Amino acid sequence: MKTTSLLEEVAVNLLRTAVTSLPQDVLEALRKAEKEETSDIARQQLRNILANVAAAERLSLPMCQDTGIPIFFVKGRCIPDLDEGIRRGVSRATSEVPLRPNVVHPLTRHNPGDNLGKGMPYVHFELADLEYTEITLMTKGAGSENMTALAMLTPSQGVKGIKAFVLETVLKAGGNPCPPTIVGLGIGGSADEALLLSKKAVLGRLDRENKDAELAKLESELREALNQTGIGPMGLGGRTTVLGVKIEQAHCHTASLPVAVTLQCWAARRASARIMKDGSVLYSREGFE
Amino acid sequence: MRLRTPLSDKDVRALKVGDTATIDGVIVTGRDEVHLRALELAREGRKLPVDLTGAALFHAGPIMRKEGNGWKAIAAGPTTSSRMNSMEPEFIERFGIRAVIGKGGMSQPTIDAMSKFGCAYLAFTGGAAIQGAEGIREVKGVEWLDLGMPEAMWILEVKGFGPLTVAIDAHGNSLYKRVDEEVKANLAKVRRSLGI
Repeated sequence: MKTTSLLEEVAVNLLRTAVTSLPQDVLEALRKAEKEETSDIARQQLRNILANVAAAERLSLPMCQDTGIPIFFVKGRCIPDLDEGIRRGVSRATSEVPLRPNVVHPLTRHNPGDNLGKGMPYVHFELADLEYTEITLMTKGAGSENMTALAMLTPSQGVKGIKAFVLETVLKAGGNPCPPTIVGLGIGGSADEALLLSKKAVLGRLDRENKDAELAKLESELREALNQTGIGPMGLGGRTTVLGVKIEQAHCHTASLPVAVTLQCWAARRASARIMKDGSVLYSREGFE
Repeated sequence: MRLRTPLSDKDVRALKVGDTATIDGVIVTGRDEVHLRALELAREGRKLPVDLTGAALFHAGPIMRKEGNGWKAIAAGPTTSSRMNSMEPEFIERFGIRAVIGKGGMSQPTIDAMSKFGCAYLAFTGGAAIQGAEGIREVKGVEWLDLGMPEAMWILEVKGFGPLTVAIDAHGNSLYKRVDEEVKANLAKVRRSLGI
């Protein structure tokens, strides 16, 4: 198979898997939340979510009408025509799965109808000395993406400043990003790097602890605290405001403390594939470890 | 509670925050672009292609598939209502809609307009798009498709659409305001647990 056709196939498979089924760790977290909620309204929201996800998987249809914008994280071996293969896959998946044509011109708001445009899909490359090319897809809906926030804190504000900013962002977002959300936190780097880290963070599995003990502690502290706010599922009140908090960090300038928060709605849709040297492909909905 | 469109002032005034409801009848989708265009037409004294009196407005951008001469709803959950905050009070007043179906709630001017003109906000679970599509019996038509599939005005025949939670009633009560107050009351404890 030509690499362009192979990549097109992989992109379609990733998009279909991501929008029609949830990773097991996210599903487990939602089930746990449904058991722990005490108010009828909150429980009803989580029951609707779980019933809807089951129906989507059964029918192989998108669980949410906002199938988001496709964001691809590519790392490993460089393969030719990667961009073109992914573009073809996005266009085909839009009519085949189907996906909602979400991509428009930012000013004229013209919708080309195939989810393609300048800079869309967004493909992020990371070269690495690997035997394979790993592609991880995130389909990001606007409800949660519109709540993204960046703060250029001063070093003296430190961890307290980070905590206060995360709390402020979640409070301000309220029910808009479709809670229970996954809070992705990017600490350090430059402004744009912090945002990228926060986006990568929400790809992390909820059933895995951060390898950095300090960050793991901060994640669980924030999760506990955010779930005491009472915002609850869909902002209608309850115990589950977040399913988890995930942190990625990078070193930064001695005079800076960039912090970015990406909120991911409960429909945390992701899928990964590894394209091996011989052209064979491995898939994982939860993500490779 | 089973609601049937067109809704009357009396139907809507009977709803109380926290009630659960489903809808039968006709609902019409409208989000950012529909609000902009509809209000622009109305301000110029021109008519809308659909009479919205007593209608339920659905904040949604569904996925539709062309089938023969018609359309089939594939996925239709609610979109974030707060994007329409600045336009909704005028929309309610001008077009006489009696219900808004959406997610995330709306701001005080809309709560006031709902109470003044008799309209309620019915919260639908965000992302519950298959559940939404299952309640749609027929896509009766589409207007302004030039705005693109998500932004067009879809006219939908629904049965048992929901379940919906009355989150803002026509008496000035809002479930979101209640939650806000609870969140404010919890804040001291939350800050303490974070050591901030």
